[in-house]
Amino acid sequence: MNPAKPNRPDKEKNISVPMKKGASIAMLVILLALLALNNFGIQRFPKPDFESKYVVPATQAPMPRSIILEYLDVVVLLASISLVTWFVLKKRSRMGVFGVTVFSILYFGFYREGCICAVGSLQNVVLGLFHPEYHIPLTAIAFFIIPLLFALFYGRTFCAGVCPLGAIQDVFAIKPMKLNEWVQSLLGLVPYIYLGLAVLYAATGTDFIICRYDPFVGFFRVNAPFFMFVIGVLFLLVGVFIARPYCRFFCPYGVLLNLVSRVSKKHLSITPTVCIDCRLCENSCPFGAINKPLGHKSPESRNVTVKRLILFTILIPLFMLLGGFGGSMIHGNLANVNPKVRLASELLLPDNQLTSLQQVDVTTFRSSGQAVDKLNEEVASIRRQFYWGGWILGGFVGLVIGLTLARLAIPRYRKGYWPSKGECLSCGRCLEYCPVKPDMNDAQLNALKKSAAQ
Amino acid sequence: MENQDKFNRRDFLHKSLRTGIGLSLVGVAAFLARKTNAGNYVWQLDPSKCVQCGRCATNCVLTPSAVKCIHVYDMCGYCDLCGGYLRPETKEFNTAAESQLCPTSAIKRKFVEEPFFEYTIDEKLCIGCGKCVKGCNAFGNGSLQLQAQHKICVNCNECSIARACPAEAWSRVPLSEAYQLRGFENPKKG
Repeated sequence: MNPAKPNRPDKEKNISVPMKKGASIAMLVILLALLALNNFGIQRFPKPDFESKYVVPATQAPMPRSIILEYLDVVVLLASISLVTWFVLKKRSRMGVFGVTVFSILYFGFYREGCICAVGSLQNVVLGLFHPEYHIPLTAIAFFIIPLLFALFYGRTFCAGVCPLGAIQDVFAIKPMKLNEWVQSLLGLVPYIYLGLAVLYAATGTDFIICRYDPFVGFFRVNAPFFMFVIGVLFLLVGVFIARPYCRFFCPYGVLLNLVSRVSKKHLSITPTVCIDCRLCENSCPFGAINKPLGHKSPESRNVTVKRLILFTILIPLFMLLGGFGGSMIHGNLANVNPKVRLASELLLPDNQLTSLQQVDVTTFRSSGQAVDKLNEEVASIRRQFYWGGWILGGFVGLVIGLTLARLAIPRYRKGYWPSKGECLSCGRCLEYCPVKPDMNDAQLNALKKSAAQ
Repeated sequence: MENQDKFNRRDFLHKSLRTGIGLSLVGVAAFLARKTNAGNYVWQLDPSKCVQCGRCATNCVLTPSAVKCIHVYDMCGYCDLCGGYLRPETKEFNTAAESQLCPTSAIKRKFVEEPFFEYTIDEKLCIGCGKCVKGCNAFGNGSLQLQAQHKICVNCNECSIARACPAEAWSRVPLSEAYQLRGFENPKKG
């Protein structure tokens, strides 16, 4: 026996079986029986020795896109986000932002086909935090962290024109409508729920729902399932009247940017220096992100304020408890998205009740020789994760609802027209409306104020 | 100006929040960065686990799927009676469409010398259904194997075939093992 080829005895045994019996019918029956098992890779017929000059072709195994190009994406992201920041904060130029918008639709959208994107990278980060065996790509970390760091210092300049999902909607915002404050706040709760679900499903290693239900990636790939294509078209059509519906009322990454941007160091301001209350910019924001001045209409007594404070300190924990309880009640439904949980429940069904797709799952599992007990153990642990995940998700949603109500109920004193730092997407549309120029002196400002009052 | 608001409570709050958020973001990034390996990971399926259920053809985000049948010629027996090429119930062994197993006629059959035939796969036509792979595994050497073709695969964040795979054959593999073909060595970098 040749020691250099340890596989040899195995191989010979495999070959010798068909050789002895030839191509008889009996053999075919056995082969078909083997088909049910996984009989992958049996060298039944030796590779021929060709007498002619035939050369065996090389197996085609082309390598993927080089890693350098992946890092190039990060460089492009950094460059374009810096450019937008510069256009918004220094140049105060909407045209510049629009230019970057078009570029990012072309580059991150149609060239990179919407992947990798910062919105989805949030799931990689969560999966990386909860699953030590997952190796998160460096690009995913960079795409997650860079827009957030920029938002921390300069506001949501990533949303303005770098995010391909936002960019494609931005060019469709042709006839934006004003939304009622209550409607806007209520719809604004959806992203928090979406974020909670995305984190829950990523943390349990179930699915990346943000990527699965990304409405625009199908356009970028010019290749979408019909259902997602319809959703994408709907978003764009609605986006004509309600500007950027996905960004404002769905985007889970926008939630993080929103929260971080609220404490941003240098945020876009409509006026370069002072606000003269001319109201010219009042309707310029398609996203309803300009805070109007609010005076004390009737200064509230201390009594009312204290009562309200007590009400909300009771209401918010109550909402959280209720939400958590609700979340834990539906944890079974939430867990059913997990393929393993589904497989376990399919295994309990009688064979005649299975659909043909489920049949494939069940027969594959049975023929793989894995123990049902082990699967059930795993499923029980996944269900437990979903139970506690449901509590946390529900509590989180309750907290957000409570805080939103509190924000709507408590009147605040505001002076001048300033962008709402959380909701402002830094698109720069409002900048052109402001009559104040940075180099104006006091006399010119006063004249402007007077003409504005008229 | 500076004398007027020496110490603003709101500014202080924002500044501390900013520092806190900034530090935690960098912390998370650093924690994760320690875990990344050099080089990227790509999605690939392990042909030894594959059961050729056909979901690679239907569940890929691309149409046709990025999964293709790849022929490892070194393993091929060059059989006349190819289990991956001909339908099992075929009466006449010719290259007519009705005797071919492949739904898109992506396998081309060429005479080499008596009694050997070469089978090549037209990747443009292949939809990754795995019918030929099943046939080759059952009656032949298993030289036809399903693989994600990395020139086509967009390497999604989360592979939608991986989620639908009943055999758990899909996983993220390091770039150096981009192809999990049996009887084939991945090209070495360098």
